[in-house]
Amino acid sequence: MKILVCISKSPDTTSKIAFTEGNTKFDENGVQYIVNPYDEWYALVRALELKETLGGNVTIITVGNAADEAIIRKALAIGADDAVRIDADPKDAYFTASQIAKYAKDNSFDIVLTGKETINYNGSQVAGMIAEELDMPFISLATKLDLNGTTATIEREVMGGVQVVEVNTPFVASCAKGMAEQRIPNMRGIMAARTKPLTVIPVTNNEEYTAYASYSMPEAKTACKMISPDNMDELVSLLHNEAKVI
Amino acid sequence: MSTIVYITTNNGVGKSAFEAVTYAKKMGEEVIAVTVGNADSSLLAELGVYGASKVLVDRNANVDDDQQITRVIASAVETTNANKVVFSHDLIAKAVAPRLSVRLKAGLVAGAISLPSTEGDFSCKVNVFSGKAFGSVTVKTDKKIISLLPNSIQPEATSSACTVEDFNGNAGETRVKVLNTKKPEGDIPLPEAEVVVSAGRGLKGPENWGIIEDLAKVLGAATACSRPVADIGWRPHHEHVGQTGVAIRPNLYIAVGISGAIQHLAGVNGSKVMVVINTDAEAPFFKAADYGIVGDAFEVVPRLIESLKKFNASNN
Repeated sequence: MKILVCISKSPDTTSKIAFTEGNTKFDENGVQYIVNPYDEWYALVRALELKETLGGNVTIITVGNAADEAIIRKALAIGADDAVRIDADPKDAYFTASQIAKYAKDNSFDIVLTGKETINYNGSQVAGMIAEELDMPFISLATKLDLNGTTATIEREVMGGVQVVEVNTPFVASCAKGMAEQRIPNMRGIMAARTKPLTVIPVTNNEEYTAYASYSMPEAKTACKMISPDNMDELVSLLHNEAKVI
Repeated sequence: MSTIVYITTNNGVGKSAFEAVTYAKKMGEEVIAVTVGNADSSLLAELGVYGASKVLVDRNANVDDDQQITRVIASAVETTNANKVVFSHDLIAKAVAPRLSVRLKAGLVAGAISLPSTEGDFSCKVNVFSGKAFGSVTVKTDKKIISLLPNSIQPEATSSACTVEDFNGNAGETRVKVLNTKKPEGDIPLPEAEVVVSAGRGLKGPENWGIIEDLAKVLGAATACSRPVADIGWRPHHEHVGQTGVAIRPNLYIAVGISGAIQHLAGVNGSKVMVVINTDAEAPFFKAADYGIVGDAFEVVPRLIESLKKFNASNN
């Protein structure tokens, strides 16, 4: 079983969000990057669990520059066998997806996993794009994945509920909460990660479909209006007359 | 030129579909709705009221197969010579829109919260950094796809009507076999709800949820919960709002007994107005709230229900 796990970097959830260069660039000053939690906790860990029971190989792939080696080594320390870095600043979802799809096509994987979205751009686009490029079925927002031979039984979130589907390998799935539990790398894993193979390959396609032209911050919240717990008539009146939401 | 709106009918034809059609209509070109599956034609015809000139239905394609839906929309784009496709940013769109983007070589705005700018480049506003900031996404391709975040625009009804036509979109083979689907339990799908009442560990136990359900009922609201509550099984997982759960942006969000951790706020900070009820005056949620009540939920919530009942009675 050959599994490819796509990982992305994202700012630590507690990072201060600010922009520079006339609000056109994310201000990386003081920002700690982590492996995007959905990629790490759910996609990577489930891939490792599958490998542990069925045998095989887990490769991680990211599109990024040399500074991203830290998150790559973290993913290797958790247990991935080898890593690929496509050497480029990821421009947009299509740019990222097309590089990964090219690599996946050339190296034929049985399963391609991603997190459900990154916590910085929240686009949820890359996995579906890879699936289309590879002409593979795509199971989005998978919360459970079991394999029996080449047939996978997958639970996924559907509007307000859960659906169970069956699909044959090869396929692409994006992983959400429920797939697996976070793993903390141990010292042996961290040591082993240093010498695991990391292949750096150049970009194959420079096309991009979209771009972030600018960013803005929400208007500062006005202070919270405190209401006496004994006076719910006042709250109702404020919601009706001032906030106009009821 | 025309604009295609893909309509998800898995849970009927509702508000989010009307929003997407209204949005497409406001872009100024002919609006053609496309859907798959077995939705009732009389339900689909209602899309005309919001601006669709016709509805094309491929009744042979599988409503749960993103690859088939992608092929159907792509053939509709070709047949109608459309240059824009609009989705409501639901779970079907999250699977289909990226595929369609590759197939049509059309840039995708995922989770748009505004109409495209009318001057300069074609760009739309989206939430980024889990709702902590906004970004303006420019689409550089000739064809464009916009997936509209629910509750970003008010549906506008007109007196128009439209026809519903069968359409063969060459859906092709299906490679995803659906074994079973557990359908939504509540009446109002959480991402579409205009009012959401949510509670957390402050409620002390699942047996105390009656007051939350009563409050939701008097407001016509959907119910939600915090992550710990879903994790310990007090409430079903699909009610969990926050970073790892559902992201919502209702007009009114009432949080009872939820401290307001940053991961919870990431899922609800798009709400227009937030009311927080908590015994702890230091709860971080008060910093994000519009209205705050420091008090015991078991006293405050029943009082609020009484006040709302009085309000409803005097407004009907």
